[in-house]
Amino acid sequence: MATDLYVHPDYYNLDDLLTEEHIMIRDAARAWVKKEVSPIIDEHYEKATFPKHLLKGLGEIGAFGPYIPEEYGGPGLDQISYGLIMQELERCDSGLRSTASVQSSLVMYPIWKYGSEEQKQKYLPKLATGEFMGCFGLTEPDHGSNPGGMITNFKDAGDGENVILNGAKMWISNAPFADIAVVWAKDETGRIHGIVVERGMEGFSTPEMHGKLSLRASSTGELIFVNVKVPKKNILPGRTGLGAPLSCLDSARFGIAWGALGAAMDCYDQALRYCKERTQFGVPIGSFQLQQKKLAEMITEITKAQLLTFRLGQLRNAGKATSAQISMAKRNNCEIALNIAREARQIHGAMGITSEYSMMRHMANLESVVTYEGTHDIHLLITGMDVTGIPAFTREMSESK
Amino acid sequence: MKILVCISKSPDTTSKIAFTEGNTKFDENGVQYIVNPYDEWYALVRALELKETLGGNVTIITVGNAADEAIIRKALAIGADDAVRIDADPKDAYFTASQIAKYAKDNSFDIVLTGKETINYNGSQVAGMIAEELDMPFISLATKLDLNGTTATIEREVMGGVQVVEVNTPFVASCAKGMAEQRIPNMRGIMAARTKPLTVIPVTNNEEYTAYASYSMPEAKTACKMISPDNMDELVSLLHNEAKVI
Repeated sequence: MATDLYVHPDYYNLDDLLTEEHIMIRDAARAWVKKEVSPIIDEHYEKATFPKHLLKGLGEIGAFGPYIPEEYGGPGLDQISYGLIMQELERCDSGLRSTASVQSSLVMYPIWKYGSEEQKQKYLPKLATGEFMGCFGLTEPDHGSNPGGMITNFKDAGDGENVILNGAKMWISNAPFADIAVVWAKDETGRIHGIVVERGMEGFSTPEMHGKLSLRASSTGELIFVNVKVPKKNILPGRTGLGAPLSCLDSARFGIAWGALGAAMDCYDQALRYCKERTQFGVPIGSFQLQQKKLAEMITEITKAQLLTFRLGQLRNAGKATSAQISMAKRNNCEIALNIAREARQIHGAMGITSEYSMMRHMANLESVVTYEGTHDIHLLITGMDVTGIPAFTREMSESK
Repeated sequence: MKILVCISKSPDTTSKIAFTEGNTKFDENGVQYIVNPYDEWYALVRALELKETLGGNVTIITVGNAADEAIIRKALAIGADDAVRIDADPKDAYFTASQIAKYAKDNSFDIVLTGKETINYNGSQVAGMIAEELDMPFISLATKLDLNGTTATIEREVMGGVQVVEVNTPFVASCAKGMAEQRIPNMRGIMAARTKPLTVIPVTNNEEYTAYASYSMPEAKTACKMISPDNMDELVSLLHNEAKVI
């Protein structure tokens, strides 16, 4: 990629709503991304390799569990700080943000919220620095939008100390290199529990998935459990049932809402610059009405999304954000980001398809982001259910004759 | 080793520059301030490196108002131990230098470092004036600084080469590119900055010797004129009559 000249658009002076510390955290994340990630991201994307050497730096800028309290090795920041860091990471690449939000929201969050004191002390400080990396096992090959139908399960080993875990999880970010996995599995009564599975446990493997044409700089794999003996003390005691993993997804989707907006802002920033620099028919292409229409619509959508996202951050800080409010932001921001990436690519003409610019990579990445952690359609149904009070997720099929 | 690093604010390099009050004042509306890069990247980071190898304390000082505490917190997040803000809107180089010199005299530092200039006013005067006020040696435009006991070996760029200067502490130096590498504050530093001491002290001297009469913007860039390589006469004529550079 050419030199990273990114400047964030702030049409409604939203920086005035941030604290001095928010701005310092955001600017530090941006400076780190520009120095360490922007120069190498395309190569990793093209080769489909994960830039593992960045993990320590991600830990240092606070990208792993920013809201985890200091007593567990985190910086104890608010939700807006978490959002801003995710925004800066995804501004560069959705895969980078995925790694950080999985670690934060799907691994550290459940351990912090539902783990025992011993589990918190054992895992959280090392996860905060990136010394330990984690992944989250909920989705299964046959259970994506319907996670409650999972078949991964554990039974009492009968030795008083362990359970025996069987099953498989799919589409798991960070799986191939994770040290631990927070796995959601049913007990003998069908109740869902979180359980921490450590690399090295016999019968546990994490094969990498290949052939992705999106999130190529992020590592995705499967989690396979064949009679894995896991100590009972690795079960998260604080909460059971599907609500436990769904609460983690609330946190992750909140981060995605900020992140996708970051990708949109990056595309807009480049398109605006290109419109002023590129000349055709002797004038900058930004002087043509059709290009101005694209830019004007982009900045309008970005500004609306910034306001939505900031307010959601305030609600989340106050502990008042509902799952449905988070769904709306995740869905909206992914959609506008995808549209903006496509329009920004058009403004760049043929140059827009090269790795000289980031919008084509953002566009391909966002096709995953719009699908994972609740598909675009599922989030629409969540809003639909929230406003009507009638769930429309499933229906009875009449028996075929 | 007690090191004082003088920092100043500068508008972010992407700021739109405009003037108010009949072009006598910089328009701060919508401007984001950063730590002047020469102060941050070179003076502060080299001071921290010296402290990390030799021990001691790094104090940062700025002349500014309460809004400037954002840049102070950033310098503390990068690693300075404590900070001083002299509570005043800086008027000119002497005003700034005399405030800092008074504080430095009362608190005796081994080394006083500044950036070689600010990127907005490009005055390059404050460090020299501080040295004069403190009656200390002054080395400008330093690109390398090593310390052996109380003797510093300092490199500075001169026309066509490098000059090596030896000086004993205490001294004042202004730092240029090459002195150190930029440090990005990490989360640990940002957290630590919350509780590091920041002392606000009143102005000691209100003398002003200069006033800004007016500012103006450079002329807008005009389109590039292409001249055929075999038409030297036209090129020379344009350079002479239009651009008036030859």
